[in-house]
Amino acid sequence: MEFRGDASQRIAMISAHLQPSFTSQMEEKNSVMGRENCRGKGGKAGFKVAILGAAGGIGQSLSLLMKMNPLVSLLHLYDVVNAPGVTADVSHMDTGAVVRTSTLEVRGFLGAKQLEDALTGMDLVIPAGVPRKPGMTRDDLFKINAGIVKTLCEAGTYDPKKLLGVTTLDVARVNTFVAEVLGLDPREVDVPVVGGHAGVTILPLLSQVKPPSSFTPSETEYLRIQNGGTEVVEAKAGAGSATLSMAYAAAKFADACLRGLRGDANVVECSFVASQVTELPFFATKVRLGRTGAEEVYQLGPLNEYERVGLEKAKEELAGSIQKGVDFIRK
Amino acid sequence: MAATSAASSISIGSTVPRATSSSLPQSRAQAVNFNYSLPRFTALRSSTLLSGPESSSFAKSLRGSVTKSQSTSTKPYGLNINASYKVAVLGAAGGIGQPLSLLIKMSPLVSTLHLYDIANVKGVAADLSHCNTPSQVRDFTGPAELADCLKDVNVVVIPAGVPRKPGMTRDDLFNINAGIVKTLVEAVADNCPNAFIHIISNPVNSTVPIAAEVLKKKGVYDPKKLFGVTTLDVVRANTFVSQKKNLKLIDVDVPVIGGHAGITILPLLSKTKPSVSFTDEEIEKLTLRIQNAGTEVVDAKAGAGSATLSMAYAAARFVESSLRALDGDGDVYECSFVDSTLTDLPFFASRIKIGRNGVEAVIESDLQGLTEYEQKALEALKPELKASIEKGVAFANKPAN
Repeated sequence: MEFRGDASQRIAMISAHLQPSFTSQMEEKNSVMGRENCRGKGGKAGFKVAILGAAGGIGQSLSLLMKMNPLVSLLHLYDVVNAPGVTADVSHMDTGAVVRTSTLEVRGFLGAKQLEDALTGMDLVIPAGVPRKPGMTRDDLFKINAGIVKTLCEAGTYDPKKLLGVTTLDVARVNTFVAEVLGLDPREVDVPVVGGHAGVTILPLLSQVKPPSSFTPSETEYLRIQNGGTEVVEAKAGAGSATLSMAYAAAKFADACLRGLRGDANVVECSFVASQVTELPFFATKVRLGRTGAEEVYQLGPLNEYERVGLEKAKEELAGSIQKGVDFIRK
Repeated sequence: MAATSAASSISIGSTVPRATSSSLPQSRAQAVNFNYSLPRFTALRSSTLLSGPESSSFAKSLRGSVTKSQSTSTKPYGLNINASYKVAVLGAAGGIGQPLSLLIKMSPLVSTLHLYDIANVKGVAADLSHCNTPSQVRDFTGPAELADCLKDVNVVVIPAGVPRKPGMTRDDLFNINAGIVKTLVEAVADNCPNAFIHIISNPVNSTVPIAAEVLKKKGVYDPKKLFGVTTLDVVRANTFVSQKKNLKLIDVDVPVIGGHAGITILPLLSKTKPSVSFTDEEIEKLTLRIQNAGTEVVDAKAGAGSATLSMAYAAARFVESSLRALDGDGDVYECSFVDSTLTDLPFFASRIKIGRNGVEAVIESDLQGLTEYEQKALEALKPELKASIEKGVAFANKPAN
């Protein structure tokens, strides 16, 4: 049996595997099925998750991990290119989530409609963008990714409880490095990370570490968390930025969101959210995730002197970044 | 406030019902369960580190073998909290290697993860080293570092090699990948001859025999420890059958025998668990789909590669199974392409029982009670499989250039 033909034929073939009764519709529409027909196979209830940028470095591994998550019944993989390949790949995995693809390229026009289809009815949307190369700061990505995120968010209306910046990778990094220093299993270490998600705006609150521990000044310096991301960019030497650990962290955070949506109690994660904890409009602290999103934003807690100084530096830079984002939209 | 940055782990559910009406062990679907919350850890950690309750009923339905258990666990097999195995991935920076390394990094059974490739592996290791899971990651670049990579390793996984492009068969990869596998297995023989060896590099039907010849020449061949990874065929069979018959995926298990290319892939649909009936047309279509699923992905990726994510998933599942077997789990069954006396061919894929020393038993019943369709397909695949095996053996025995 040969699978040849152009892209839309391939999509139809692949989609036919997923929903054989919809073959003719797929050939015509090449896009997402109506909501009422999207049911997790086996009748299992679950959440609908869309990954925007699914064929990228983070997106692929993230798609793999979300496909493995038993809380997900429907997975939408969207990208500007290569989404059908990733979808075909991931759709072979014997886990519950049904996978759908949308791609701009297949439709051949800037697909606001495609994107809308990808997003309709989703419980959770995870956007991705372009990665850093050595020498770039995250801010250099700003122009590119801001444009992408803007397009992607135009579909929705703003609910501050449901817009969450993913800082989980900073938490994962801190916990890993602190565990190394303390000689513990990283799963037993918890350090809150507040502020933002770039350089000096990343502020780990080591004084609040669990299990309670203290660090020498040189250990505190050694805990190089603020440059964890740059470390990977340099190690990859042009081949990209953190993809696997970011996918891992994003999937972890997504799972926490889904458990919150499900109604689980005590789902607490650090996240960059609309906040009144400081005078800045957005700030990362621990938040409790529930059915309506970020339901409770926790205060900073007690800080030591080193952290208080760090906090002021973080806020200064963060204020600039937030303003830049706001200005971009307003212009 | 309660922090819930519990590390993620892969847990394998090994739901093996003891067959009562027959003496044959039957394995249910052994799914890789991605379990972020770790409820069974509760007594081992302070309550402030408790994450939410079990992530889903899916987790409850599993036998829950791979979670930390205390000594008071009543489960027949509980993961030893100190279980610590060393795994090496050769080809870790590649399309399969990267997501595979991520999944292995997340496994609670692994203490050390050695990543090897000819380039780019430093970046992958730096990336993975930030995940807050217990295993330590080390990177090794180039042949000069291969020996160090392999010392004292328990499981070696080899995804190294080039993938197919549209229009290629797995055999078209032979010339490049055969050489790669030969070199890598020579190093395995020299540095960790007692390790389990998982061969992913295609064409598996030939690269496994190549590996065997290399190990024989070095005098370290243990046929019980050489595995061609065919788990993806099983995963695909499970997925397609469950879609077709609207079954719960966690329940579905289809044994797949023969080899790992085209018609040598023989799904035994008549032996599907749970037992379902198929029309002749369904059997035909499903069998062809399963056999061509790899090509399906190659075509969908339109030159951008072959199956990487699903392959990583399947290979990670097989690694987990091997680690559980090494750890003493007495209930580990997987399909794999191994040195076998099931047929007159020297290698054959079937269900096997894996134990501490590798292949403990080959499930002979897989070849009994076949339907007419399956019997015919079996006869049809043997010549092609034989040729592939012989091609591999011939390559390995060529005088060195």
